[in-house]
Amino acid sequence: MVGAACAYHCTSAGLRVTVVERGAIGGATTAACEGNILLSDKEPGAELELALLSSRLWARTAQALGAERLEYQEKGGVMVAASPATADGLRKLTAVQRAAGIDAVDVSRDEVTGLEPNITPEVAAGAYYPQDCQVQPVLATARLLRHAREHGATVLPGTAVTGFVRDSRGAVTGVRTDSATAPLIPAGRVVNAAGTWGGELAGLAGVPLPILPRKGFILVTEPLPRVVRHKVYTAEYVANVASGDAGLQTSVVVEGTRAGTVLIGASRERVGFDRSVSLPVLRRLAAQAIGVFPFLAEVALLRSYLGFRPYCPDHLPVIGADPRAPGLLHACGHEGAGIGLSAATGHLIAQVITGAAPDLDLAPFRPERFEETTV
Amino acid sequence: MTTSRADGPYDLAVLGAGPAGLAAAVTAAAAGARVALVDAGPRVGGQYWRHRPGDTGAAHHGWAAFQRLRHGLAAHAGRLHHLPGHAVWHTGRTAGGFRTHTLHDGTEQVVESTAVVVATDAYDRQLPFPGWTLPGVFTAGGAQALLKGHGVVAGRRIAVAGTGPFLPAVAAGLAEAGARVVGVFEAGLPASFVRQPLTVAANPAKLAEGAGFLRTLLRHRVPYRTRTAVVAAHGEDEVTGVTVARVDARWRVVPGSERRLDCDTLAVGYGFTPQIEIPLQLGCATRRDIDGSLVATADARQRGSAPGVYLAGEVCGVGGAALSLTEGELAGLHAAQAVGAAVADPAVVRRLVRRRTAQRQFAAALHRAFPVRPGWLGWLRPETVVCRCEEVTVRTVTEAVTELGATDPRTVKLYARPGMGLCQGRVCGYATACLVAARSGREATAEELRGMAGRPIAQPLPLGILAAGDPGADPESGSGIVPDAGTDESSMPAR
Repeated sequence: MVGAACAYHCTSAGLRVTVVERGAIGGATTAACEGNILLSDKEPGAELELALLSSRLWARTAQALGAERLEYQEKGGVMVAASPATADGLRKLTAVQRAAGIDAVDVSRDEVTGLEPNITPEVAAGAYYPQDCQVQPVLATARLLRHAREHGATVLPGTAVTGFVRDSRGAVTGVRTDSATAPLIPAGRVVNAAGTWGGELAGLAGVPLPILPRKGFILVTEPLPRVVRHKVYTAEYVANVASGDAGLQTSVVVEGTRAGTVLIGASRERVGFDRSVSLPVLRRLAAQAIGVFPFLAEVALLRSYLGFRPYCPDHLPVIGADPRAPGLLHACGHEGAGIGLSAATGHLIAQVITGAAPDLDLAPFRPERFEETTV
Repeated sequence: MTTSRADGPYDLAVLGAGPAGLAAAVTAAAAGARVALVDAGPRVGGQYWRHRPGDTGAAHHGWAAFQRLRHGLAAHAGRLHHLPGHAVWHTGRTAGGFRTHTLHDGTEQVVESTAVVVATDAYDRQLPFPGWTLPGVFTAGGAQALLKGHGVVAGRRIAVAGTGPFLPAVAAGLAEAGARVVGVFEAGLPASFVRQPLTVAANPAKLAEGAGFLRTLLRHRVPYRTRTAVVAAHGEDEVTGVTVARVDARWRVVPGSERRLDCDTLAVGYGFTPQIEIPLQLGCATRRDIDGSLVATADARQRGSAPGVYLAGEVCGVGGAALSLTEGELAGLHAAQAVGAAVADPAVVRRLVRRRTAQRQFAAALHRAFPVRPGWLGWLRPETVVCRCEEVTVRTVTEAVTELGATDPRTVKLYARPGMGLCQGRVCGYATACLVAARSGREATAEELRGMAGRPIAQPLPLGILAAGDPGADPESGSGIVPDAGTDESSMPAR
């Protein structure tokens, strides 16, 4: 998704672009997520600034390409608190979020029930986030790339980058691939948008980038009528998103999709690229979701899927030019927010390449920051 | 979560009680192993020996073999436990072996074992064509299951179509049960079969069985037409007729050969798709078999590539009941030996291996005689539904390839949802893979079929049953927001 957004914004800015994808378009982490464009799970800081910019850019993109074609929905988010103590914490959060520019509305228990009639009565209070949106991530990726192709981009799926081409002064001037027809792709700039594998790709250029996989499962139910109206999660979700703990964490995220299925997340584990299915995690997700929506106990689980979020130690993505390898830029490490943050990332990358003044200060996202903090 | 077990884990869990599973379970128990025979059906026998209580077996083939296995089941009842009505949804590995999770009577039942034999059979392979989703269109296997399991004849005027030796068997059964079978329309030309005389000569019983079905059809004056296909079904709310057409060697319709035929029922089958969810869950290697199906790879001892996993029957290559029995027996012998029961008699193993070789050659010859040819793609119209669960049409699949640049079926699935509905691609997976590959001018690869076949949950499972196994679940209320362990709820962390 992030790579497609870079291609979309760069071609729109008049640049000539080649997209090199190792597997299928949108086939990795993009295909294993919910397609969130969220503000509600952000706290004031650099990521929120990025999310606010991205939220505006996504709305513009949806208008340009057709919201329907991306399955872009302004569905809104509802965060619920189970206990009065959590409710207090949630109200403190919404206050600082409002100050930072998020439309966060404190809602009472009855108002939560009004927003989500099927929710458990055991809710203390909640918050409503009208700006939270969703896209169908794989479809959105395909649509953005289609637009890019129509504006001159070349897209090469099933082509892996095997190395970088450097000039005599060490600057990156292209990539080598495993393709017989395009073994060498010269380029003035190379953007690393390899997501969870961004660190691996950066390694090929000799620049370390500490991006690690954070595994997550999602459960998918049978298709239902519109029983879950918003994206609904518990206040614990925000704490888990920001946690650096390697152990298993689960929090409740429940939402309906246009296809009628209900998606249930979210688990977080740092177990490397282990693709095995963990029944205890699936059970926990099911139990927690039933806790919020008791009717789900009777609903059939159709499938589950898993993926690997690209995780940086400080939970911030890596965006911008890498001074350690001139000509190389990074756009990766967005953890679980890649879909949401992709629009701003692509836009900022295009600004950097074209020499325009970036809309945001990129210092917090600079690629070399991890080396600075290492003593 | 409860665990069904006699007294301690079983040596062997056999998944599926059809010919392969039944043979494996009885053989392993006879060798001294403690065996659980796990099956979703109410009675042993699987699809092949699907029967009603008190069934005399008159309409069945190989009933004597079935009787022997049933006696074996009873004789070893002390260490062979048949668990009927247990639908397997997941098998996972434990420190000491395997844990098989089943749905039984609205609860989860777990079977623990040192080794597993996967004998999960196959289901009808479907190809879409205009009208195939109309009520009155059955799979060939579905029509036969109604007859065998419930004594119900699917319709009054029935057309049987598709390809393979299963069609005459189904048609003969329906004709004997009193239906008017208006014709068996075989898209292939099985005459090529007799060009493999050695293989055929080695399996006289199978050949006689096939000849018997054809004689039954002759007696009932049911025409058996080769190089002929049902290319469309017609009707408003249900089937009232079909279009039958002659096809060439590539299954392209011979222009002008189409004719309408009145019928109220159509039974269609284009071979079988093995159920390989459990081998895939256990990480077993798979391959594309001669018939184009994805199957789990078994070695000479019927072992899958994952340790402790044995495979028998259609799951490791479609070959019919006789081959399934042989593979089941071999799997049972080797698995029993591996878990410390009796050592298999080398002479018995040699005899079984020779039989398996002959039967596999026969199955391969059949696959070569009844291949699915790509011309069926030409029967489709843009508005023909490919995935009935999600109502995805040929047009939508084609657009995913031409407009959005998808190059493989998994990507098409992600763009357009074929295979995402209730059946999880069991019905449309093969057709979608073929359609996408054909748009790129090639055949579907094993990897592409694998992308449509992996199902971590092998069948729909109520979330409440899954959640009941969560150690953190509150058994008292069953609802209420479960606090997240280890997280301080009242404070948001600083970044």
